[in-house]
Amino acid sequence: MQYLLLIYANEAEADKMRESGHKEMMDAYRSFTQSIIEKGNFKAGDALQRTSNATTVRVRNGKTMTTDGPFAETREQLGGYYLIEAKDLDEATAIAARVPSAKFGSIEVRPIMVYS
Amino acid sequence: MTAVPAIRPLRSTPARREHRMHEGEIERIFRNEAGRVLATLIRLVGDFELAEEALQDAFAAAVEQWTAVPANSRAWLVNVGRNKAIDRIRRQIRLRAKRRYIEAEAIIASQALPPEADEDAFGDDMLRLIFTCCHPALSMETRVALTLRAICGLSTEAVARAFLVNEETMAQRLVRAKRKIRGAGIPYATPSADMLDERLDGALAVIYLVFSEGYAGTSGAALMREELAREAIRLGRLLEELLPGRSAIAGLLALMLLHDARRAARATADGDIILLEDQDRSQWDQAQITDGLALVERALRAPQRPSVYTVQAAIAALHARARRHQDTDWPQIVGLYEVLLRLQPSPVVELNHAAAVSMVDGPARALDLIDALTARGDLAGYHLLPSVRANLLNRLGRREEARAAYQEALVLAKLDPERRLIVKRLAELD
Repeated sequence: MQYLLLIYANEAEADKMRESGHKEMMDAYRSFTQSIIEKGNFKAGDALQRTSNATTVRVRNGKTMTTDGPFAETREQLGGYYLIEAKDLDEATAIAARVPSAKFGSIEVRPIMVYS
Repeated sequence: MTAVPAIRPLRSTPARREHRMHEGEIERIFRNEAGRVLATLIRLVGDFELAEEALQDAFAAAVEQWTAVPANSRAWLVNVGRNKAIDRIRRQIRLRAKRRYIEAEAIIASQALPPEADEDAFGDDMLRLIFTCCHPALSMETRVALTLRAICGLSTEAVARAFLVNEETMAQRLVRAKRKIRGAGIPYATPSADMLDERLDGALAVIYLVFSEGYAGTSGAALMREELAREAIRLGRLLEELLPGRSAIAGLLALMLLHDARRAARATADGDIILLEDQDRSQWDQAQITDGLALVERALRAPQRPSVYTVQAAIAALHARARRHQDTDWPQIVGLYEVLLRLQPSPVVELNHAAAVSMVDGPARALDLIDALTARGDLAGYHLLPSVRANLLNRLGRREEARAAYQEALVLAKLDPERRLIVKRLAELD
């Protein structure tokens, strides 16, 4: 099965962490990504820019409305994702637990919809 | 191999009908076997909902066909259920003509027939089902509901009654759970060795919750609560049988047996609470106590750090061993509460610890502990805090303060029997 791992963390805290231990975090992500590539679980993955660079688009009654910022103000923001292949939810959650941000943020594990 | 009946239509001849078994007896077998038969069917047909339907079909067939219980009723039910599942898939093919059902049928047909009397295979299936129903990806209330429905074989209506929701709501909750099991890929598997302890703790928490609801019962009718406690004990025994030698399971089972052994002495015929100190100990179930004591001993001898259940069971064992209330080994109980506070600190344990301290060092020292606990505000709204405080104040001869504390408890207590007990205590102060 395929799962999307959505990486949520508080941006302000993540910024602070980046100042103090930027290299450690980058290294941790690099070796995590490498390990899931080697195991064949990796499908895709990216980090996202800050929500202050986000734009939200809605179309209502045929009119497009474009607004600054993310869809909802929340305590934790979506900061990146991995698309993985896993045998079942147990394997997917075990991989999610190894995402470096899991130690301070949260990882939402969402199965990919399969149309048949 | 035992002869396994081929699938027969549900129609039966009049002659057979006369010899049909009493439905009550089939009901009894259903309650005993439903969990295990379902567990094996899920493995064979690979789908929770299809297996549940097949299980119902198999029991309907048993009601129709059995004139006596077959030698291996479980294997009979599994085989019939499996064939019924294939029938259902065939009907689906006719209805929707989808290729994947043909594939599914081929897969089921290729599965080895369940070896009759292979207790190991049935046991493995049961463990898988327990860990699926108690999976941490499901909410706690869903885990409890699914466990009672799928493993204990309670009807949806009975599960709904136990948790004071209507049947429709409970049915919806169960459907959503099964959808998540399939959709999210919750495995039908026993966790790997590195995850087993953690996941076992999760399963024990579900069983303990079922038991607590049945024992203390924040709600619901007495009869239903008794059934829940019995089911929890049955689940504990099942897990103990399937994963022998794990002290946390033995500890939890002991805890439940020892508490439940006091059931008959815990309330009057009118439903009034009888506290431990006033219980008629001859009414305690001695066979169950003997069972529980042996399990505590075993759990305590295990090399690992004792689980919280084992420590609580050890406390219950000291109460169970005391022939009279005044024979209770309070110093050891205080010591065990201190162990419990280190393993799993909680304000409720602190409250119990303070009550035990009052039996060793006297009410004044216990009152200091209670006042510190009250000041922290962790148990605000919990009626037993002012109740215990009132008891201590009364023992210190501070009657007016005791009265005020009981009145505070009366405002917080929700269950009628608890309220009646507090009213009685207030009357005794006059």
